[in-house]
Amino acid sequence: MSTIEKKISLLRSKFSVALLRPDLGAIVGVVLVFLFFFLVARDTGMFSLEGSMNWGIVSSQFIIIAVGACLLMIAGEFDLSVGSMIGFAGIIIAVTSVVWGWPVWLSIITAFAVSMAIGGLIGYITVKTNLPSFIVSLAFLYILRGMTIFIAIISTKKTIIGGVTEVAENDWLAPFFGGKIFTGAFDWLAEQGIIQTFVAGTKAGQPVVSGIPMMMVWAIGLIIFAHFLLTKTRFGNWIYAAGGDAQAARHIGVPVNRVKILMFVFTAFCATVFATTQVIEFGSASADRGILKEFEAIISVVIGGALLTGGYGSVIGAALGAVIFGVVQQGLFFIGVESSLFRVFLGVLLLLAVILNTHVRKLITGAK
Amino acid sequence: MNDLPLMELKDIHKSFGNVDALKGVSISINAGECHCLLGDNGAGKSTFIKIMSGVHQPTSGQISINGKETEINNPRDAIDAGIATVYQDLALIPLMSVSRNFWLGRELTKKVGPITVMDFEKCNSILMTEMDKMGIQLRDPTQSIGTLSGGERQTVAIARAVFFGAKILILDEPTSALGVYQTSNVLKTIERVREKGVAVIFISHNVSHALAVGDKFTVLSRGETLGTAKSGEIDFQELQAMMSGNKELSVLKK
Repeated sequence: MSTIEKKISLLRSKFSVALLRPDLGAIVGVVLVFLFFFLVARDTGMFSLEGSMNWGIVSSQFIIIAVGACLLMIAGEFDLSVGSMIGFAGIIIAVTSVVWGWPVWLSIITAFAVSMAIGGLIGYITVKTNLPSFIVSLAFLYILRGMTIFIAIISTKKTIIGGVTEVAENDWLAPFFGGKIFTGAFDWLAEQGIIQTFVAGTKAGQPVVSGIPMMMVWAIGLIIFAHFLLTKTRFGNWIYAAGGDAQAARHIGVPVNRVKILMFVFTAFCATVFATTQVIEFGSASADRGILKEFEAIISVVIGGALLTGGYGSVIGAALGAVIFGVVQQGLFFIGVESSLFRVFLGVLLLLAVILNTHVRKLITGAK
Repeated sequence: MNDLPLMELKDIHKSFGNVDALKGVSISINAGECHCLLGDNGAGKSTFIKIMSGVHQPTSGQISINGKETEINNPRDAIDAGIATVYQDLALIPLMSVSRNFWLGRELTKKVGPITVMDFEKCNSILMTEMDKMGIQLRDPTQSIGTLSGGERQTVAIARAVFFGAKILILDEPTSALGVYQTSNVLKTIERVREKGVAVIFISHNVSHALAVGDKFTVLSRGETLGTAKSGEIDFQELQAMMSGNKELSVLKK
């Protein structure tokens, strides 16, 4: 082979490798979505600092749960209990802190411990019984939602528990979930006139965007952590292997069960981060919070290029899938389109993504 | 070459309840030798592989490695003794890259600050060298296993076993699912491995593939070994006849 031919074949292979990137579809999707809304919603303030914060926060919420679902799906499993876990963890925090009078930091740590233990239990049952995680976690979708409502009702006779803001006031852990960072920088920018300030009301004189909410910080932190874990570490290699072919991975000595159980624990962790940020932000927990979140997480992951059958996917892709979600949901609001159409859009997008992914899978595995 | 066989199995019996799967199998394997174990379906090949690789334990019989009587109680023992088995399904993961597959479970790592990460540079460069030695021109260590041909996959699996210290390589029907061209590639790989002094146990029911690489041939029939012949001492017809118990072929000829 001549050197030129070699170069051409190398280029061609690089091109096809790029085509096989799991997150390529999501990258194209994000570009198209931004382009679309930039063209139609430029004048609505959607891309002002305030407007961006709006869809940025919504996207961050999706990202937090999508990251967990992504690693779990690559490891070959699903968790349909994510939404119920969000409600459950929130009620634990509210009941222990408001009703039982625990310090908020202890409530938060307890919520994390209990949720992650339940995540581990779902994983343990899945790997020990060899049942599809779809079914095992579906059972927990009901168990956890039922427990959440039960706990809320017996302790307060209500399904919404408020008053968290008051008890969390001087807590050291709560600001990690509900606060904002870089507020000084935003104040300074407002003083310089770079950021607008409120002109009237109780917040008059304060910047319209006072800092980066912790929810965004968590989202970015989780993306970095999960992407690094998956692509750079040996544990990441095991995640791919556990989902790609569990039996083959076991043959070669990969602790497949441990990997899968840990991914269920991580998914529960992400759900609890979501729950905690919401409880601290709103100052209340509601037993019906998180409904349908498990599907939104899974859809983000699939739009991000992961295969439903496991073994293939990307955290960046899942995060971009979540951004598409956030931008479209809020964008429709900005341009004044009936918000129910969002679900139509979502369904269509999901279908397209799955068809595309299946095609990509054939290309990679050489299957006809 | 040492006169002492690398591995010797004597009069191996294995029963599952009332079923006698193996009724006296003896084989002796030398370094740098390709020993073909031929047998029809149901002759007991799979059971015998599983005994050599520690999945099953023999009901009776003797296994010695380097002249020392040894018990292989589990797959770990077999791996520690340098016995590696490449099964038909290969234990490769099609969606993962060649490099990730090759190093799976034995990833090379390095420290970046306090964090341990995979050392992809080293993994990839060693992989490319090893693949080159085996005659596989990889475009890219990150291409997925799924993009390789069946023969190339076999070669990757064999190269991996040898790289990680296999002294005795058991190949379970490595050519059964392959076309002619792919088969010849795998047979070449076996030759390369043998030159390194690795003992190859080539399990097949395809006599012509066996004759192409084998130094010795042992025929397994109904759970017994019918004896071992050296290359050149036996021809296609004889082997075929022994495998089929001399009956079926004569029926066909009529």
